[in-house]
Order: sequence, then C-alpha cells, then structure tokens
Amino acid sequence: MTTQPFISVNGLSVGYTSRTGKIIRVLRNVSLEINRGESVGLVGESGSGKSTLALAAMGYFKRGLRPLSGDVHFDSVDMLALDRDELQAIRGGRLALIPQNSGQSLTPTMRIGQQLTEALRLHSNLDAGQFSDRVVELLTQVRLPDPAKLVSRYPHELSGGQQQRVAIAMALAGEPDALLLDEPTTGLDVTTQAHILELLRDLARDRNMAMLYVSHDLGAISRVCDQVVVMYAGEAVLTGTTRQVLLAPRHPYAHGLLTSIPRLDQTRMPMALDGRPPMPGEAITGCAFADRCALADNKCLTEAPEMVGLSSGELVRCFKSDMIDRMPVPSRQPSRLNRPDDKTGDTALDLRDVAISYARDNWLRTVLSPADGGPPATVDNIGISIEKGETLGLVGESGSGKSTILKAIAGLISPKRGHIMLHGQTALTPRVEDRPAVNLRQIQMIFQNPDDSLNPRHAVAQILAQPLQLYFGLSGDALHEASVSMLERVRLGAHYLDRLPSQLSGGEKQRVAIARAFAAEPEIVLCDEVTSALDVSVQAAVLDLLDELKTQQGTTYIFVSHDLAVVKAISDRVAVLYQGRLCEIGSAEAVYTAPFHPYTDVLLGAVLEPDPDVAPKLIADDVVELSPPARGCPFQRRCSRKLGTICDSEMPPARQLRAGHVINCHIPADEL
Amino acid sequence: MLLLLFRRILLGLVTVCIVSLIIFAGVEILPGDACTQYLGEYQADDELLTQCRKDLDLNRPAFDRFAEWAGGAVTGDLGLAVDGKTKISTIVGDRLQNSLLLALCAMSVGVPLALLLGVITGLWRDRLPDLIASTLAIFAMTIPEFVSATLLILVFSIWLGWLPGIVLTSASAPAAEFFPEILLPMIVLSLVMCAHIMRMVRSSVIEVMASDYVQMATLKGVPYWPTVFRHALPSALLPAINVVALTIAWLLGGVVVIEVVFNYPGLGRLMIDSISDRDLPVVQSIALIVASVYVCVNLAADLLTMLANPKLRTMYMRK
Repeated sequence: MTTQPFISVNGLSVGYTSRTGKIIRVLRNVSLEINRGESVGLVGESGSGKSTLALAAMGYFKRGLRPLSGDVHFDSVDMLALDRDELQAIRGGRLALIPQNSGQSLTPTMRIGQQLTEALRLHSNLDAGQFSDRVVELLTQVRLPDPAKLVSRYPHELSGGQQQRVAIAMALAGEPDALLLDEPTTGLDVTTQAHILELLRDLARDRNMAMLYVSHDLGAISRVCDQVVVMYAGEAVLTGTTRQVLLAPRHPYAHGLLTSIPRLDQTRMPMALDGRPPMPGEAITGCAFADRCALADNKCLTEAPEMVGLSSGELVRCFKSDMIDRMPVPSRQPSRLNRPDDKTGDTALDLRDVAISYARDNWLRTVLSPADGGPPATVDNIGISIEKGETLGLVGESGSGKSTILKAIAGLISPKRGHIMLHGQTALTPRVEDRPAVNLRQIQMIFQNPDDSLNPRHAVAQILAQPLQLYFGLSGDALHEASVSMLERVRLGAHYLDRLPSQLSGGEKQRVAIARAFAAEPEIVLCDEVTSALDVSVQAAVLDLLDELKTQQGTTYIFVSHDLAVVKAISDRVAVLYQGRLCEIGSAEAVYTAPFHPYTDVLLGAVLEPDPDVAPKLIADDVVELSPPARGCPFQRRCSRKLGTICDSEMPPARQLRAGHVINCHIPADEL
Repeated sequence: MLLLLFRRILLGLVTVCIVSLIIFAGVEILPGDACTQYLGEYQADDELLTQCRKDLDLNRPAFDRFAEWAGGAVTGDLGLAVDGKTKISTIVGDRLQNSLLLALCAMSVGVPLALLLGVITGLWRDRLPDLIASTLAIFAMTIPEFVSATLLILVFSIWLGWLPGIVLTSASAPAAEFFPEILLPMIVLSLVMCAHIMRMVRSSVIEVMASDYVQMATLKGVPYWPTVFRHALPSALLPAINVVALTIAWLLGGVVVIEVVFNYPGLGRLMIDSISDRDLPVVQSIALIVASVYVCVNLAADLLTMLANPKLRTMYMRK
C-alpha cells in the first residue's frame, strides 16, 4: 500500500474508432506516477495527447474516446473500473480539476456563490448553514478581493485572473488530495499568471497535494513542477526532474522545444523546429520524431525506440540520447540593432497625439446628462514615429490598448483626436472604407487567430487571389504564378493551393495569412499577436519567416504581443503601454535593461523563464483596471514606487534617457 | 435599463406608425374606393357615388382622413365598416378574441411539448427517441397545413367520429362554446409550431451539453440530472424565447389557411373575407392590429431574454 504511488497511469492507450472502422490511438502506452506532495508537469505540443491523459486520470474521456488498454489508479482505486456514482464521489472531491479556460468552464447562468456551494454540498461534511461562511473562506484563500460581494456575481463579471481563482477555489472546496491542472494559466496576462502560479505552489505545499500540471509553457512548468514528462505524438518521450529536462534535455524533441523558446536574456531569434508531428492514426514506422530530428539515421526510421532508463535517472525514448550534445544550437545571430542596413532613416508612419475612444456618442445620454464629459479615452496621447524598415514592438497586458492602436492604423476604428501620417506627410483617412486603394495596399494586417481570419470556405488559391486581383489586376496564368511564388516564399508548396483552411495545421494557416498580407506588397504590416495561438516550435518558425520577409522587402512591422520575450526577439524598438498610455519607448535593448519605467519592471519581473533557477519577482498586484484614471499617471493605482499626489494629478513628464529612450515617469531619470 | 426600455418602446411605436402609414397609403392607391365597392352595380350612377362619398367623408384630403383614422385607432375606435353601420371594433374585437383563444390553446399544448421533446432529443441525440421525434418533426414541418388538417378531419371526425371536423359556433359566442370544436385546429397548429421550436431547442441543448462548463460540472462530480437542469438548461432554453415569440405572433395573425379549412371565425378568416368583399376599412384595421401584435410580442420577448440572461441583465442593471 505504501509502495503504490498516489496516482499511477500504467501503459495507457486511448483511442477512437474512425469512420472507416479503424481504431485511431491518440495516447499510446503512456505511464506516469505521481506521489503525494509531488508535482509533475506534462509538456507537449497541441495534439500530443496531454489533456487527454490528464482527463483520463479522472476516469473521464471526451465523447468518442475510450481506453483501449492499460490502467489508471488513484490511491489504489482502479479509476477505469468505477461506475458513475463512484466516479462522481471522487471527482471534484479528493481529485479535482482546474480547467484551462475558466471563463468558459464556469456556468454562465449561475452565481459564483451558487457554484461553490454546489461543490460544498457534493463533497463536504458541512451543514447547509455553514456553506456561506466556507465559500467566503475559500474565496479569501485564493486571494480574491471582497469575497462577500463576489458570491453574488456572475462569472462574466470577473476578469480572467479572477475567474481562474474561482475555479481554484471550487477545486479546493472538496479538500482534494490531488489536483489536475489543464493549462490553468494559458491566456492570462504575465503578471496574473505569475501570481496564480505562486498561489498554486503555496497551496500544493500547504496541503501536501499531488499535482499533474499540463502545459505547453515550459516557463510555468519550471516554476511549479518537480518532475516533467515530455509528450510527443501520444507517447511519453522523456521523463526526468525539471532541472534535468529543462537544463540538459536528453531527447532531441525536448532539446528542439527548448531552443525554440525566445528568452529574455538573449538577443537572438529562437530556432525553429521544422516539420510537424504525425497526426493520430498516421502510420508510424520507427521513431515518431524521426522525420524532424537532426540526429535520425536508418535505425530511427525503421525501428521504434523503447523507453529506457539512463544512469542519470531520466527515462528517454531515443536511440541517440547520448548524442544530444551534437544537436545544432542556435548560432548567436547579431541582434537586429546591429543591422543598420534595415533602417533607412525615412519615416514610414507617424502617430501624432492619437486618442481613441470606444464610447459612442449617444444622443439620449447627452440629453439626459450633458455635463458628463464621458469616460477617459481608451487610448490617449500616443505619439510615435516609425522608421521605414523598422520593427516596432508594442507590449502591455490585456486592456493596454495595443490592439486598439493597430485597429486605428488599419482604419477599423476612427481616432477621436490626432492624426496618423503615412510617410510622415499624408494623413491617413480615419475610416478604411474611405481610403484610396493605394493606402489599403500599403498597410496590411495579420491577425492572431488564422481560424477566424481565413474564410473557412475559401481554398488557399482563392485567399491569395484576392489581394493579387484587387491590387494588381492579375488573372489566369499570371495569377497562378504569383500565388505559387507567394506560397513558396512562406515555405509552402504549390500543392497547398486547393486546400481549405481546415486541412491545414495552425502554423500552416498562419503562413497562408502571412502570404495573403505580403501578396499586396505592403510597406507596413501590422501583426496582432500573430504567434500567440501557435505552439512554441511553430512560433519560432513564423517569427523566422517574418524576419526573412522583412529582410527581403524592407517591410516595416508593428508587432503587438503580450509575450515580452517574443517582442524582444523580433523588435528593433519597443513601446510599453499601460491603459492606452505610453509608459516607455526605446530600442529593444534599452527597454529590456535598467533603467526601467516601474511598469516595465513589473512586467519583466513576472516573465517566467524555462529555467528552474530563475524565480519571477512580483512587484505589483495583478489588479485589473477597467478604465484608465481620469488624470495623472496611468499606472498610479498599481505603482510600487509612487511618489505621492503628483502621480495622481499630473501627467508624468517624458524623461529622455539615452538617444531615443523615453520614460514617462515623475521619478527623476537617475533614480529609475 | 429604464433608458433601454424607453428606447425600445419608442422604437416600437415608430414602427407601428410607419406601418399604419404604409397600410393607409396602400389602400389609398388601389383603384376605386369604399363607395365604388359598396355601391357595386349602381356605381355607374354618378349622383349616388357623389352622395356616398360625401356621406363617408371621402372628399377630404387623404392626410386629414389618415390623421382622423390614426387618432381613432389610438383610442380604440377603428371607425365604421364599409356598410356604414357596423362598428369595426366590434367585428374585429370578437375575431381577435377567438384568435387569442385558439392561439392560447395551441400554445399551452405546443410550447411545453416542444420544450420537452427538444430537451429529450438533444440529450438522447442520435438514439431512438431522437430519431423518431426528429423524423416526425420533419413531417410536421414539411406537410402543408391544409393537408395535415384534412387528414386529421378524415381520421378523427369522419372515421372515428371523436371530434367535430368543422366549427359552427358563431363568431360572437363566448369562449366556452368553442369546445370541443376548437380541438382539431388546435392540434394542427400545435403540431406545426411544436416541430419548429423542438428542432431549435434540440440543437441548442446539444451545443450546451458539449460546452466546457457542462464538462466541468461533470468533472466536479455533479450527477447527471442536476448537471442538465442546473448547468445546461438555463442556457440552452434561452434562445427558445425568441422562437416562441415569433410563433405567437404568427398564431395571432397568420393562421389563415387553418381558419379557412376549419371554418374557424378568427382574424385570419375575417381578413380573407374582407379582402374579397373589398371592405377596405376592416382590412386596414386588421393589418394594423397584426403589426402591433408583432411589435409587442417581439418587444416582450427581447425584454424577457434580457431578464433571463445574466450577461445582458447585469450589463443594463448595474450601470
């Protein structure tokens, strides 16, 4: 009894029967052990089966999926043999799940209090009269402000971070012995994520829980987990301690994954991991990773490797685990700051004192309360000049106005005040409908999610034909040739022309979206979180592609992302925004090294590096502000270095530090 | 919230005004007028025609007459029918009552049945109960009403002799006297509306049951039926409100075919009769009433949706 691990998964295969009657396996012979007080990370790209494995640990399989072989034990109970009532007693009680997207996992029609009370009624021994006190206690435990008021709120009235905390409180309601976490911080701001992870660490330690932490984010894993299991194509390929896996991975895939992550401390582009993992059901002879592996030889292609133990303690599924040192490492590319040929000195775009407001003028409200000047503008006082061939990165948390600025440049929303000047001389017409075709061609936009931005019923040929016909009047053979050459430039072949978006992988879709933007031969490309929906290995490839296209064409990029490391890797200059106001702007190098604006300091401190030796520093609370303050510094309410009333009442002065490095703060430059 | 309510009501009023203008103008530009119709074969007699127009006040400018008609309509006085004696409000009032009665009966059977079947077919998707109910629903939707009505008359009143196949009660009779004659038209109507609502509810239930929050409820250890009732149905039934509203509006104004087949003295049949009699004042009045019903029912449905949906409710309440 004592030797049995708390949670154990043994040789588990999970699959479904396809329409042709074939059994498709999405998990292949996976084993996993977690002891009490231990935290295991499960890493892999989307489709690697990591969520399926986590849900299987609860005895749950999504519609259509079923266990094919192997077993799952939780505290010596065979989870796959339990009936519905027995499962209900364990789920949410001793074994709780914290879901990926709490915004969608909390029932929208039930108040927070009702949902927590339900969990208590199912899984605690309390009397009905004690529920409401316990609910408040749970909400306090996950450090939510004003819990007494929160119980009567609906999920949609909470911010993403608060929703995630409610989900954690709900999991704690059953006093669990084990937690399963399915990407619990994906989609949250960096500061929120760092705070949630600290909370989870504390809870796990205090309650001596076993945790299974599913994530594609190695930074988060490094913060929370003791052990890591790397999954690839439904198999575990590497198991070891967090330190072993993150610092000296002994599997080529884990190695590739780590080098594809952009780091804050490096001024280089991350290295792309080419190719894509095999689809479930695809015939695999030999090692599943062989066709993407730099070390693969004939044996790898024909013979499937077994999981073997190494003398250092890891388990690895690779014939070449002793040769990882010979894997290519990213060459230290010179930082783009040292590539002056990118810059020309001409102005591409000039934002002059731009203010943008989403609040619509409502005649009825104006009549009823004319004195009310309306809420402060969403984006205000933005003055940035962008050079031709430059990449400007815009960073900030959600609500910082970075995407709003892109929309204004694209003409999707009209600025309330100020001008956007093309080439520093022609003012762009506010509304995209009124813009001359030449301006439309010059400015192209690439969106975050290609699933939404590509018409699902248009084949790739049709998607690429639109800009080519519209701006260059191409047709027939010329159109075909131009489309093929566009596809080749984004490293896709002519055979992609008649595919529909649904037949492409996430990375391929984003390449098509990039090809569509570049087909217009734009001068300025607006990138709105273009890599946020992609796996890290794919992200590296897309960044690489964007960089290459820019070098060829001298394109100007405005690159919006919440990921500070990504922005650092690709940008020449970086602007830090908070609540739609500019905090700091300067060369990437200057912004990412001291002196900092207090907000930049908070952001950088919260970034999680995939390195167990680097702990984030949490300076400010992760409060979510819904609207900017009416006067003074935008960051006044969260700043840890606030001077006093001057911050509340007066706009901070622009302090010029080095050439082009400006920090908007009341604190004198030499104290920043 | 109040602001929104105010705006929606204002918008509804404007809609009704515009509709009434269109109705009035439409009748006005038709060739001939109430007198040429009323006098019929005598209309060649210019003197009679002039006299009649004078009696009916048709010589005044169209705008004046619209103002008077519209003003009357607001106070419930719809004027006189073309015979110059009967008050329109009495004829139309009786018929409106009968239509309401039929609609109420059909709804009280159709709506609960539709919701129940929709939930059952959604939960047992692709299994036997779903296959049977969905197939029947397709039949109910595709077979024209007059065919199903005739079939039902054939089966229940001619072969089995259980129910009367035709309504013989006079239009002004009290509601109780319509039973059991009203049962067959009621069944036909509930079948058609039931099929529409059921299919909507079914797809909505399927979507919600596949949502993250229902999966989460299961993984929280909530048993199956509480999951369905507490977590799934409140969201899944929301879209039904608007479909039900549309159906109600259709029941109150548009069931012409059924009323004719069963000889039921409702608004739809009065409309048809008045059109063939060229009793234009009555046609105008019915059109106005039907338009108002549509506006009111949709307004009520939107308000109800807003109250039932926490997202909308908090958006307007807490501001």
